[in-house]
Amino acid sequence: MSFLRNYLNKIKPNFEEGGKLHSLRSVFDGFETFLYVPNTTSKSGTNIHDAIDSKRIMSMVVIALLPALLFGMYNIGYQNYAAAHQTGTLLEMFAYGFLVMLPKLLVSYVVGLGIEFAWAQWKGEEIQEGYLVSGIIIPMILPVGCPLWCIAIAVAFAVIFGKEIFGGTGMNIFNVALLARAFLFFSYPTKMSGDSVWVATDSIFGLGNTLPDAFTCATPLGQMAQGSAPSASLFDSIVGLIPGSIGETSVIAIAIGAVILLWTGIASWKTMLSVFLGGGVMAAIFQATGQTPVEWYEHIVLGGFCFGAVFMATDPVTSARTETGKWIYGILIGALAVIIRVMNPGYPEGMMLAILFGNMMAPAIDFYVVEANISKRMKRAKK
Amino acid sequence: MTKFVRLSRGLDINLAGKAEKTKRVLMPGEVFALTPSSFEGVKPKVMVKEGDRVKAGDVLFINKDYPEVGFSSPVSGEVCLVERGDRRKLLSVRVKADANQEFVDFGVKNVKEMTGDDVEKSLLEAGLFGYINQLPYAVSTNPQTKPKAIFVSALRDMPLAGDFEFELEGQEKDFQTGLTALSKMAKTYLGVGDKQNISAADVEVVTFKGKCPAGNVGVQVNHIDPVNKGEVVWTVDPTAVIFFGRLFNSGRVDLRRTVALAGSEVTSPCYADMLVGQDIETLVAGAYRGDNVRIIMGNPLTGKPVEKTADTGAASYSRFLGAHTSEVTIIPEGNDADELAGWIMPRLKQFSVSRSYFSWLLGKNREYRLDARVKGGERHMIMSGEYDKVFPMDIYAEYLIKAIIAGDIDKQEQLGIYEVSPEDFALAEFVDSSKLELQHIVRQGLDILRKENS
Repeated sequence: MSFLRNYLNKIKPNFEEGGKLHSLRSVFDGFETFLYVPNTTSKSGTNIHDAIDSKRIMSMVVIALLPALLFGMYNIGYQNYAAAHQTGTLLEMFAYGFLVMLPKLLVSYVVGLGIEFAWAQWKGEEIQEGYLVSGIIIPMILPVGCPLWCIAIAVAFAVIFGKEIFGGTGMNIFNVALLARAFLFFSYPTKMSGDSVWVATDSIFGLGNTLPDAFTCATPLGQMAQGSAPSASLFDSIVGLIPGSIGETSVIAIAIGAVILLWTGIASWKTMLSVFLGGGVMAAIFQATGQTPVEWYEHIVLGGFCFGAVFMATDPVTSARTETGKWIYGILIGALAVIIRVMNPGYPEGMMLAILFGNMMAPAIDFYVVEANISKRMKRAKK
Repeated sequence: MTKFVRLSRGLDINLAGKAEKTKRVLMPGEVFALTPSSFEGVKPKVMVKEGDRVKAGDVLFINKDYPEVGFSSPVSGEVCLVERGDRRKLLSVRVKADANQEFVDFGVKNVKEMTGDDVEKSLLEAGLFGYINQLPYAVSTNPQTKPKAIFVSALRDMPLAGDFEFELEGQEKDFQTGLTALSKMAKTYLGVGDKQNISAADVEVVTFKGKCPAGNVGVQVNHIDPVNKGEVVWTVDPTAVIFFGRLFNSGRVDLRRTVALAGSEVTSPCYADMLVGQDIETLVAGAYRGDNVRIIMGNPLTGKPVEKTADTGAASYSRFLGAHTSEVTIIPEGNDADELAGWIMPRLKQFSVSRSYFSWLLGKNREYRLDARVKGGERHMIMSGEYDKVFPMDIYAEYLIKAIIAGDIDKQEQLGIYEVSPEDFALAEFVDSSKLELQHIVRQGLDILRKENS
C-alpha cells in the first residue's frame, strides 16, 4: 500500500497553508487520518499513548449497530410482503429493505457529514467522528415512511443546533440523533406517527409490492395506546418482525449490539442495566396497581425501549459522567419512558422524550454527585 | 505493625526492555551540567561566573524567590558555561570536572542529636534543600513552609522505572540516616510496595499494594493524610534521602545515583551509577539500535524527551541527568510508521486498555514495544470514566481537569487540586481516547494557582 502513502504525501502540500487547495484542508486531513493512523508524536506529557482513539470508538459503535440495521432492512421487506399478503424469499425481502434504506443512509451521511466537514473547515479544526454514529442511527429510529427530505432537514437541524453551536462532538447537551427525531416528531407529526408510516408502500426495481394509498398498520405500542391488545405475539416482538421504527424492532439484533458495546467497554453497563431496571420496575408497579394491563416485559421488548437503552442512553457525551450518576440517570430514563407510555395517551412511545429529559438532567445529577465529594473534602479541611 | 493500603484502580503497562539488575561502569565524562528545569517551580539566579572554580557542594544557582535555597555543584572544576535561552532564561550551569575531585567539607554530624532546625540548616547550607518537593503545587519547596508531614515513596512503579530496592543495596545506612534526619523536621512516612523488602526506623512505613500509580507519592499522600487547603506536605525522592544521609555521614555533597537504562530500543538494558548532571551520552552512546528513537529523561509516562545534539556539536542542556531522574528510557519515535486504517484493523502489536483491541487476550506477560505516536487526534472529552479507572485517588479527575481548563479556581480548590501533581495524571493521559495533554493542563493550572495564592 505504499503507493497510496506516497500519493498522499505528494498531494499533501496542496492542502497546507499557502497551498491551492488549502480550503479543503480539513477534508484531506479527515481522509488521511481515516486511511492511516496519524504519525504525529507527542510533544509534551506522556511519551506513549494507548492505541484507542475516537475513530476506533465510533467504528465499534457502528459495528454494534449493524445487526440491528441489517435486521431492520429485512423487516422492511417482511412487513411490505406481509401487508400485501405476498410471499417473498428472504433475499427478496432483504434486498427490498436494502433499497429502501440505502437512500436514507446516503441522505443522512451526505447532509450530516457535509455540514461537519464545512464546519470543521470554517473553524480550522479536525473533522470529528461523532456523526459517523449519529448518521447511521438517525434513519434507524425513523419510521420507514418518513420521506428523504424530512431526514435531510432533521439532520441539518440536529447537527447545527444540537451539536455544532455547542462546540462539536463532546460538547452537545442532547443526543444528536434523538434531537433529529424529536424535531421531526413535533414538526411533521404525520410523517412520524399514526398508522400509515410504518410499512414501505412502493415497489422498487420490481422488488416489493405497491400497497394501496389508504393502507394503514399500527405498531403494537400504538394499538396499546388505543386500549386494544397488541396483535403481534411476544415471540415476533423479540425477533423483531413487527412494524416500528426501522432499527428498533428486533430485541435479538439489539442484544448482539449490546454485547459488542459492553464487551469493548464503550457503553457503560451501569447506564444500560439501570435503564432496564427503571423501566421494568416502573412497568411492574403500573401493572400491579391496575393502571395498565401490559406486562412489564412487553414494555421492554416493544417500541424503542431496547434500542434507546442500548444505543442512545449510553451515549457518553450526553449521559451522566460520574459512576454514581449513571445509575440515577439510567433509572430516571427507564422509569420516565414507561410513565409517558402509560400516563399520556397522546404519546404511545416515551423513550425519545425520556432520554432527552435524561440528557437535560444529566449535568444536574453529576453536579450533586461531585458536590458530595466536595463537601467531604471541605469537612475534612475543617476538622 | 505497618499500615497496609490496597489500591484497586490503576494500570501496569508492560513495556519491553526492562533493566537487568546488573550495573555497567561508565566513563564519567568531562562536562557536567546542573539544570534548573529539573527543580520544578524554581526561578534560578546564577551565583557563579564562567571561569570560576567550584568544589562539589558549592552553590551554582539559587532560587530567586527564596535566596536561602541554593543548588550545589555535583563536581569540582571550572565553570565552563552559563547557558541561557530565550529572554535570558537560565538553562544550565556547566562545570568542567577536575581529574581529582574536591569536596566542600560540611562536617560529619550525628543526626540523632540534631533538631529539625539543625537538619534544615544543614540541608540549606549544603545546597540540597531544594531536592525536597512539596504539595500543593508539586514544586521544589522553601524553608518558609511548615510541613504537616513528609512523604517518601520507595516504590517506583511507572513503566520501565528504575528499581529503588536495587539502588538501595549498599546504601542502607545513608538511607536510614536521611530518613532519621527528615523525621526530625516533621512526621515522616515511607511508602513501600508490597513486594519490596525495605525496612526503616524513625518513620512510619506504609505498604501499598496495587497497580501503577500506587508508587506515586501524591497517591500515597492522598491515602495516608490528604492535603487540605492551607496545609503543606513535603515529598522527597528516595534517592534524595540517600543524598541527605551521605551529607550527614560523610560531610560531603555526593550526588551519585543509580540510573536504569531501559526501553525496547536499548540493546542490553541495565543499571549504571551516575552523578546528577552527568552527560547521558556516557550512558546511551552505542547502547541502542536504530536512529529514529526517542531518548527520554525519565520513564515514558512522565519523562521529557531529550533534544538531539545541536548542529554546532554542543550538547543540549536536556542531555544532562536531571536531579530527580532515576531512569533513562529509549523508545522508537514512530513518526515513520504507516499503519493503515487504524480504526478497524486488529493492530495486535498495539497496547490498549480498551477491549476494542486485543491486548486483553494476549496475556499480561506480553511485552509491548510502544512508540511515541499520539495515535489519534485531540478531541473534546467524549468517553466518561476513563480517567477514574487509572486514578486511584478520591478525586473526580475529569471534573478537576475541566475546572482547570475553565480557569475556575474556586472549583479547582473544592475538587482537590492541592492534592495532585502532574505525574498523577500520566496514566490518565495515556489511556485518554480524546488525547488531551493532561499533565500539561495540570501543570499550567498549578502554576496559575500558585501565582494567585502567593
